[in-house]
Order: sequence, then C-alpha cells, then structure tokens
Amino acid sequence: MENIEKQIKELQEKVSLLEKGTKDQLSIVVFSGELDKLLAALIIATGATAMDMKVKLFFTFWASAALRDKKKKVTGKDFMSKMFGIMLPKGSSKVKLSKMNMGGMGTSMMKNLMKKKNVASLEEMITTAGELGVEINVCEMSMDLMGIKKEELIDYPNLNICGVATFLVDAEESKIQLFI
Amino acid sequence: MTQEELNNLTVNKSVDARGTACPGPLLEAKKAIGTIGSGDIMEILSADEGTKRDIPKWANKKGHEYLGTVEESGFFKIYLKKG
Repeated sequence: MENIEKQIKELQEKVSLLEKGTKDQLSIVVFSGELDKLLAALIIATGATAMDMKVKLFFTFWASAALRDKKKKVTGKDFMSKMFGIMLPKGSSKVKLSKMNMGGMGTSMMKNLMKKKNVASLEEMITTAGELGVEINVCEMSMDLMGIKKEELIDYPNLNICGVATFLVDAEESKIQLFI
Repeated sequence: MTQEELNNLTVNKSVDARGTACPGPLLEAKKAIGTIGSGDIMEILSADEGTKRDIPKWANKKGHEYLGTVEESGFFKIYLKKG
C-alpha cells in the first residue's frame, strides 16, 4: 500500500513536469514576405485562438517589412537602409503574391477575388489577430539588416522586438511549431 | 439528431457568419459561445463549405456537443450544445 502511494506521488510529479513542458501554444516563424504566405500564417494564428491556444508569431526576414506602417515616416536612415526602405513593400497592403504576381496584376486580381469571396484582407487579419491577443515578436537582427526602425512599425497591441532565444523558448513550450 | 429535430430546436443564440470565409465563422462561433450558458443551443449559419467540418472538430476539442447540420440553399445551419 505504501509502495502504491509512493508510485502515485512519483507519477504526479512526472505529469506536472510534462504539463509544464508543453503549453497549449502555437509558435510560427513568419519568414516569407508574400501576401499568400502571410495570409496562411495569419489564418492559422487567428484560428488557433478559437481553440483557446496562445499564439506567438516570430516575424523575421522578408516578413518584417509587412509590419511597416505606410503612414509612418522615419528620418536619419543611412544610404543602404534608405535603399532597402524603397525596395521593400511598405506594409501589409503592399505585399505581393509569391506566384502569378504578373507585375502586380495577379496580386490585385487576387485581392478583388478575396473581397468578392468574403475573405478578410491581410490588413484586417492583422487587426483581428491583435484583438484576439496574438503576440507578434519581431526579429531585431532582420530589422537592423533591412534598416527597419521600431518607430515605423504598425501600432499593434502586443508587439515586441526580440532575438532568436525568444523564439526558441516559445517554440519549446509550444505544442505546434511552424515555419512559413 | 434528424433534420426535423434540428429544425425544431429552440435556439438560444444564432450566429450569422455567412458574410465571412475561413476562419471567420470559427472566430464568430468562438466569440458567441462565450455569451451563452452551459447546455444552451447555438446555431451557426455559414456559406463556407469548410465550416461544416471545422465546427464539429472545434466543438469536440472544446467539449461542446455537435448536434448536426441542416443544409439550406447556398448555406448551412450548424447546431451545437454548449458543454
């Protein structure tokens, strides 16, 4: 009898460790800066909130440009940053399709189609994600490389600048990890 | 439940998500289910074919009972009982 009690206690300790290991959490590396891929990431993220999952998006590389606010202007950028600033899409409304862009024609056709079929736009999806408590973490190194400043990012309720360690810790605690 | 039984249910909350595509209906269902009590019946109207499969899966995960779906012309009525 004493032995069983001991075993139960040991099991309880093990279970509590396991529970701590994985939260009901989803971590996505959002790497791509194209409309279709960003949409996929945002649809999965907002859908997961309906499952009461905690969602953390780690924006890095090309995706970081999609978080720029087209209305915000920043000064004091060096030459390379300015060049990048001109070449990268200024915000989520300016990103293009990864396929069949056809000089922008494909993208605008897709956007019209989305409106017709009641699919939320990327801008709307980002706003919804913010309202639903989806956390956005932006990679500091990518922002630095591409000359994106914190001041030109969108007003988002839960946005932080971070490094790879943040993603790794979040991902380790998550049941699902994706790279888009 | 049979189609007739579903049609005769007393619905506590009806959500019209016909104006949205995935993941709109799911998000609206999630929002609405918070406003009703345990055992209450919720109806979700959706024109999105995927919702028919999505809502039962979601309900199962969240501990709500999926009662069935009624097909109307061009949309679906999905019934749930809150757990």
